[in-house]
Amino acid sequence: MYIVKHRNIFFAITGAIVLASLASLFVFGMKAGIDFTGGTLAQVNYSAGRPTAETLTQSLNSAGFTGYSLREAGANDYILRAQNMTDVQRASLPETLSVNGENPGTVIQLNEIGPTIGLELRNKALIALALVLLCILFFIAFAFRKVSQPVSSWMYGLIALIALIHDVIVPVGFYAALGHFVGAQVDTLFVTAVLTVLGFSVHDTIVVFDRVRENLRVNHDHNRKEDFADTAGRSLGQTFVRSVNTSITVLITLLALYILGPESTRVFSLTLLVGIIAGTYSSIFLATPLLVSVERYFAKRR
Amino acid sequence: MLQRRLWAIFVLLVGAGVAWLVYSAEVGGTRPFRLGLDLSGGTQLVYRADTNAIRGGDVGDAMNSLRDTIERRVNLFGVSEPIVQTERGGALAGAVEERLIVELPGVTDTQKAIELIGQTPVLEFRLLKADAPIPGEGEPMPDLNDMFEPAAITGEHLASAQLQFNQSPGGIPNEPVVVLKFNSEGAQIFADLTKNNIDRIFGIFLDGVLISSPVIRESIPNGEAVISGNFAAQEAKELARNLNFGALPVPIELISTQTVAGTLGAKAVRDGLMAGLWGVIAVALFMVLWYRLPGIIASFALLLYIIAVLALFQLIPVTLTAAGIAAFILSIGMAVDANILIFERTREELAGGKTASDATKDGFARAWPSIRDSNISSMITAVILFWLGTSLVKGFALVFGLGVLVSMLTAITVSRTFLLALGLEAKIGFSRFLFGSGMRS
Repeated sequence: MYIVKHRNIFFAITGAIVLASLASLFVFGMKAGIDFTGGTLAQVNYSAGRPTAETLTQSLNSAGFTGYSLREAGANDYILRAQNMTDVQRASLPETLSVNGENPGTVIQLNEIGPTIGLELRNKALIALALVLLCILFFIAFAFRKVSQPVSSWMYGLIALIALIHDVIVPVGFYAALGHFVGAQVDTLFVTAVLTVLGFSVHDTIVVFDRVRENLRVNHDHNRKEDFADTAGRSLGQTFVRSVNTSITVLITLLALYILGPESTRVFSLTLLVGIIAGTYSSIFLATPLLVSVERYFAKRR
Repeated sequence: MLQRRLWAIFVLLVGAGVAWLVYSAEVGGTRPFRLGLDLSGGTQLVYRADTNAIRGGDVGDAMNSLRDTIERRVNLFGVSEPIVQTERGGALAGAVEERLIVELPGVTDTQKAIELIGQTPVLEFRLLKADAPIPGEGEPMPDLNDMFEPAAITGEHLASAQLQFNQSPGGIPNEPVVVLKFNSEGAQIFADLTKNNIDRIFGIFLDGVLISSPVIRESIPNGEAVISGNFAAQEAKELARNLNFGALPVPIELISTQTVAGTLGAKAVRDGLMAGLWGVIAVALFMVLWYRLPGIIASFALLLYIIAVLALFQLIPVTLTAAGIAAFILSIGMAVDANILIFERTREELAGGKTASDATKDGFARAWPSIRDSNISSMITAVILFWLGTSLVKGFALVFGLGVLVSMLTAITVSRTFLLALGLEAKIGFSRFLFGSGMRS
């Protein structure tokens, strides 16, 4: 199996992808959205053409808005991100955004999150992330509870976990870049996307590892001698198509959702797309080759 | 074999029947899909209730009263199908607080919605004018000032309201009644009022809605009024609660708003439908091209899956949001995964020299553990996400979890029924081609 044979090439590719993702994360950083910080998000539509950013900025400044950001959206929209508004600011928001009637605009979406709710959501998201990781860890431990040779069962679990970390780092790095270039912010939907990727991609890895163990058992029962690398490669070949196909069908629907679906879930579906591609990649090109390398390492030491 | 085929036809008929029911319930409007505010357009307001002034045991009562009051107010405003609910939150932000969540479909002017809710509940007492007809209770009254004149006593004078069971010889024994106790100033006013207005109807209003209209039978000097109105015990209890907290409302403070214009929501629904439609077509096409005959079967199973989930959406009912639609579309891609695992396994069994029928049976049996495992890991995510529970994420998690469970059923039982019903036994030739894959690895 060429993937196992040339595993060092794929380790290099994986390493490059992970490094690029981490670089993106540290260079661009991640910006928390109003879900987590509290604040205001308004989308305003100007059917008769939008005013310039300067006009709008002046109007917002005179209404007492500070530390806000404006971003063009669609053909005629602006998205305003600001701190929590005062009652007066909220009441006059339509006029402020319409520049006192000079550029009539309609607020088509308004979202205000109070600071306590923001804090609560942030803590909930962190707890959810920890819980999912923990549960998946237990799940992996359960799936690999039967000890097998020549690699101990907890090693399978550890490698599945490494693959999982890869599956999170890639969409996170991607999202950081997305935040830099199109202003995507970390919100509850992003957390949802990451958790969904975790749940989905752990399974591909388990399918391959399951097959490795099955083949090892069959070899053992028939007293057949086979190099571990060959067994692993054979197992990968046997499960390759189903790994790819189960992901392809999901990718097809995500692509439909991304291209045709509602605006509000576009970034979400893109994040899922990237995460699920990463998950499929890692279960084929990272997990099994890593298993072989680990076996080699222990074999040499013995 | 005949039995298997009858069974398969039965499954198809049931599917078609359910599809027709779902369609007619949506079109006929008897049980349409429930859309969240982000799709139907509307406003959601979240308030923090200041319950500091209320004793611990009474907080639940106070919040229920607040909810009823706001509900009445919202109904008065003519909003269709509003949702008003209380929630305890904030534990993860350091301090537990009582919250009130108000959802107003169709109201897209945030400011107007806030003004509507923002007032405190008002308790009023009025006297029915001499020539006015006796009004019905519980409904807002547009011609209120034509029918009633204000009484000298107001909600400010009420000290407390209590549920009691009638012990006086006059009324029905043990009938639930509500006893109003006025403060000393109120007692004096009330004594005069009742003395001068015997046999008139005394109207008690909460937020402009007549909640009780007892007849004044005698002068009441002790500052206590008994409202006896054929109450069930529960009604009397609620009235006492409304009176207590209508007079002493819970102050509320706005902490969160969300408004989506109807046009934006309608577009999201259209886009979601298109994405779903093309997603299904593309997935079915992929399955048929790659897996041939089993692929066609899987597409039928997928169709039945979609019908089953849509029916559940109506029955439970599930409030659909943009995130929920995304979850549903995602679940379409995942629903066929079980079929892929089964068909790949069947191919292996075929390659091992089994007949199509045996290979199918073994394929289903041996693929099961890995189907179960994959669904467990997805269910873990769904359950935890549901707990994370902002309305947005909850919508996603509920649909996702539902999809995982239902698809496990349809992908396995339905496609198994269909495949076995076709009863292809040949080891070589055409049926082998039908079971083949589009690509050799």
